[in-house]
Amino acid sequence: MDDFIEVRDLCIDAGKTRIVNNVSFTAKKGEVVALIGESGSGKSTIALSLMGYARPGCRIASGSVRIGGREILSLPPRALRDLRGRTVAYVAQSAAAAFNPAKRIMNQIVSPTALHSTMPREQAVTKGKALLEELALPDPQTIGDRYVHQVSGGQLQRMMAAMAMINTPEVLIFDEPTTALDVTTQVDVLRAFKALVREKGVTAIYVSHDLGVVAQMADRIIVLRGGEVMENAPVDDLLDRPQHPFTQGLISASASKRLELPPVADDIVLECRGVTAGYGAVRDGMPKHPVLHDIGFRIPRGQTLGLIGESGSGKSTLGRVIAGMLPSAKGWAKLNGKELDLADPARRSRADRRAVQIVFQMADTALNPAQTNAEILGRPLTFYHGMKGGERDRRVAELLDMVRLPASLAHRSPRELSGGQKQRINLARALAAKPSVVICDEVTSALDTVVATAVIELLVELQRELGLSYLFISHDLGKVEAMCREVMVLYQGREVELAHRDVLTHAPTHPYTQELVRAVPQLRRGWLEEVPASTRRSAGATH
Amino acid sequence: MTDTKIETAPTLRRARNRWPVLSLAGAAVFGAWVFLALFGDLLAPYDPGEFVDSWDSLGPMSATYPLGTDYLGRDVLSRIMSGAKYTVGLPMLTAALALILGAVLGILATLVRPAVDTALSWFMDTMNSLPSTIFALVAVAGFGSSLPVLIVVITVLYVPSAYRNIRSAAINISRMDYVEAARVRGEGTAHLIRREILPNIVPNMLTHFGITFIYIALLLSGLSFLGLGIQPPEADWGALVAENMVGLSYAASAVLAPAICLLSLTIAMTLMVDAISHGKDG
Amino acid sequence: MGALIAKRIGLGLLTLWLVATLVFMVSGALPGDAAESILGQDATPETLAALRAQLGLEGGELARYFAWLGGVVTGDFGFSLASGRPVADVIATRLPNSLLLAGLAALVAIPVSLVLGIASAMKPGSLFDRLTTLLSVVALSTPSFLIATLIVLVLSVWAGWFPALANVEGASGIAGHFRVMTLPVLALSLSVIGQMARMIRAILLGALREPYVETAILNGASRLHATVFHALPNVAGPIVNASALSLNALISGVVFVEVIFAYPGLTKLMVDSVAARDLPLMQACALIFCAGFLILVLIADLIAILANPRLRAR
Repeated sequence: MDDFIEVRDLCIDAGKTRIVNNVSFTAKKGEVVALIGESGSGKSTIALSLMGYARPGCRIASGSVRIGGREILSLPPRALRDLRGRTVAYVAQSAAAAFNPAKRIMNQIVSPTALHSTMPREQAVTKGKALLEELALPDPQTIGDRYVHQVSGGQLQRMMAAMAMINTPEVLIFDEPTTALDVTTQVDVLRAFKALVREKGVTAIYVSHDLGVVAQMADRIIVLRGGEVMENAPVDDLLDRPQHPFTQGLISASASKRLELPPVADDIVLECRGVTAGYGAVRDGMPKHPVLHDIGFRIPRGQTLGLIGESGSGKSTLGRVIAGMLPSAKGWAKLNGKELDLADPARRSRADRRAVQIVFQMADTALNPAQTNAEILGRPLTFYHGMKGGERDRRVAELLDMVRLPASLAHRSPRELSGGQKQRINLARALAAKPSVVICDEVTSALDTVVATAVIELLVELQRELGLSYLFISHDLGKVEAMCREVMVLYQGREVELAHRDVLTHAPTHPYTQELVRAVPQLRRGWLEEVPASTRRSAGATH
Repeated sequence: MTDTKIETAPTLRRARNRWPVLSLAGAAVFGAWVFLALFGDLLAPYDPGEFVDSWDSLGPMSATYPLGTDYLGRDVLSRIMSGAKYTVGLPMLTAALALILGAVLGILATLVRPAVDTALSWFMDTMNSLPSTIFALVAVAGFGSSLPVLIVVITVLYVPSAYRNIRSAAINISRMDYVEAARVRGEGTAHLIRREILPNIVPNMLTHFGITFIYIALLLSGLSFLGLGIQPPEADWGALVAENMVGLSYAASAVLAPAICLLSLTIAMTLMVDAISHGKDG
Repeated sequence: MGALIAKRIGLGLLTLWLVATLVFMVSGALPGDAAESILGQDATPETLAALRAQLGLEGGELARYFAWLGGVVTGDFGFSLASGRPVADVIATRLPNSLLLAGLAALVAIPVSLVLGIASAMKPGSLFDRLTTLLSVVALSTPSFLIATLIVLVLSVWAGWFPALANVEGASGIAGHFRVMTLPVLALSLSVIGQMARMIRAILLGALREPYVETAILNGASRLHATVFHALPNVAGPIVNASALSLNALISGVVFVEVIFAYPGLTKLMVDSVAARDLPLMQACALIFCAGFLILVLIADLIAILANPRLRAR
């Protein structure tokens, strides 16, 4: 069979910077080709160029893109519009943003038929409903009458695919279509996408940063880095025999790996019992909008408790209660054997505040852009330990060294740092207090795989060096398994399981935990077909 | 992690701080006007109230009278220099006062009980939604027009927009994790405002000051044009345009010169505001 | 949604009351009352008392406030001090003129601003965009009285195409009205187009960065189609709201345009009443402007609610 998609020597510039450099690849008809890479690798930019489109500020500089033998990049605007949404269609990363919030979804699903005058409206609506049914959406006859804010993320993502398919395109581009979803939802969406692609025989380009997901969807994987192709191979070859060192690193960072943890101690640093919390006025010990119900746990000194759950499960709320950012309605906590005020955190002593530190998810908003790194790290030193002048400067340098950053960064603004560096400063600020417990709230979820793995390893090293205890909050079972001996599973604000990581991954008892464990994509083909269909309501409800 | 980002960052920052040429020109013009506002009275070649050439009113530009003479034969250049303290100085003063009062009230509002905050914000929104020219007219009718009245009335008129603007900027910043982090650390309110919030809303404050300055300069010169602002024998540029309107038909410099000065002032400020608000986005 | 609208209307009425109170307090702040200012040096205690009775100025501050407020609610604004005629009558002859002027200016300014704003937002950084931006900056930095003055200078004094004074009463027929109205309408529209076009551009630029606009383009829509049918409807609320606020510029523009063209409108009346310290007349004018302004802001608010499905569903 001939190559249906043919990309040759593609170069794309953003301003004066080349962000895609001499990229070439091909795809046969009906083949699914994955573009994988980290943020800034150019994967989305390349995919969009297949529609002759460059985002504002970007420019396709040179090269050739052929689809079915026709050159795309030299098409006049009119022909390009005919191509988009008819021959090549696009499924965006966040359907919640890619759908117009002010219009009913069905009207948007059928809009490509009106733009290209391919079929009358009634016929388009009938086809749209049939597609929604194929994509396993509930109430396919009526769900399209809703607006974006009335539908869940997993459903929206599938409705976006229905819109892309309405004109039966020959090429479908998926741009990180499941990245914003919970893993358990992701499985259903992936399954629906895969069935769609196989059944319609479309050629697909699948863009993702997640090797596990790509392994399920693709026939061939292209690994990108800094706008260049590192490796291009069929899935099995690439997973089993990666040639390029970057691919090897990516695979080893993606594989579930258990770090060696410090030995168990008997000494309990933090213990909580019966914690109930939420938002709104508290009446009879219950907040108006309760989020957490009756949570209890113990963290031994020098150990990590993992806290896992989907979005909305209350895991971050628990972190905020312990950190003293949100008062609890019920429950008590003991820190180093003494009571820690959960109900009225404003009354906490300075010593208690120092002993519990929190590291936020988004390093971008966690570091004051108007201060230098030295000021950010110096303030807790002065505030808790009364350090000044040279003593403080020396300690700031030590802290930077602790998180493996050069001392020269002290007088820079956090705005000048990369994502991983910012997250290290964020961690160093917590360490400056000399805490007993550090709450890590999704500290790796904004980072690329390789960088995230390095941060996890740093956390464990510091734990061993300094005897730190962590409450490690994450939605990512792989990360939790890597660095936590004990793991607590939260589901809809309740603790459904608290177990050793071995028990959790091999013999979970609660149905939700079982589903969660099964839903984590694995680095082998055929895994998706083995996962049983979701036992819960299909792919989550309206939030 | 790559270190390239660190290496390129300082150049980026310099580029961000570099103003476009037009904005630099605006800053230069504005600086010159501020200088005249401060020293115009001292530097004026003639006494602005003296009838230096009463035989030849609305005289043309000449070496003796660089910008000609006005309808009473007074030197236009001297009158413009002397009026700068009103047209440039008053908006500076009142915009600064309104900004400070608005910022203080706006930040205090976030600290008091929610009910008080809501009531105050509603009151400020109401004041903000009133047509300012109409209200200035009402106030001038009520209090008469004098310098202290103008200062108080204009300040009061522009406190609400400063309040609204600074408050929303402060609220956005106070929701940032770094403020939350400082709060759980146990920092006091003064530290939170001074070290964590204020430094991050300085660009908003500067932009707001600039925009308010323009509005006030337009309002004040308009009032004077109507004869309800700065009262004779003193005159700001708006009044200079108004009193020499008879010269309009033959485009006398007595009417065009103050008009051009006024335009250059507001356009200069607009250009500066553009540069500041772009710097904020970058 | 009904409750939300009722709440907005209730708040609007409350605001109007607050504004009326402010107008009364500020305008009556100077010591001495209208009777004294009318009689001046001729005042004797007897004549003062008689005039006060005639003007309804007896009693304390509070009693006068309530009497005035009661009058306002029933549409009775008292008597003009300058002419002695009922304020309502004086206003009735002027208000239609001002509404005509403002309405015509809006009719010109809104479409022009929309076209300029949309066209420059669609191609940011283009020559057209830069030119529009530059002209808007100049227009919104120029006092309305200068715009009006320059228009008189160029189109009336130099070119002689239109009369410098807008003698509406003396105009006859459509052609005659066109002759006298053109310059005031032009001056007024110019003083608001700059601000409106700039604001529409800014709001639209934000909306054009939204992913759903990219979706429309990737579905095969042209840039114009995506802008007009996808971005614009979503920002209708903010644009209408911001337009209501640029009415502030329109109203202050009306003041100067009416004065400079000697146009017999309400703001001219108000400026004259301020100069003559004709308080009842001025209070009534101020209230009418504020009420009109608040009503337009309220309408803008309601449109914004109706344009948003999330709020509509409430």
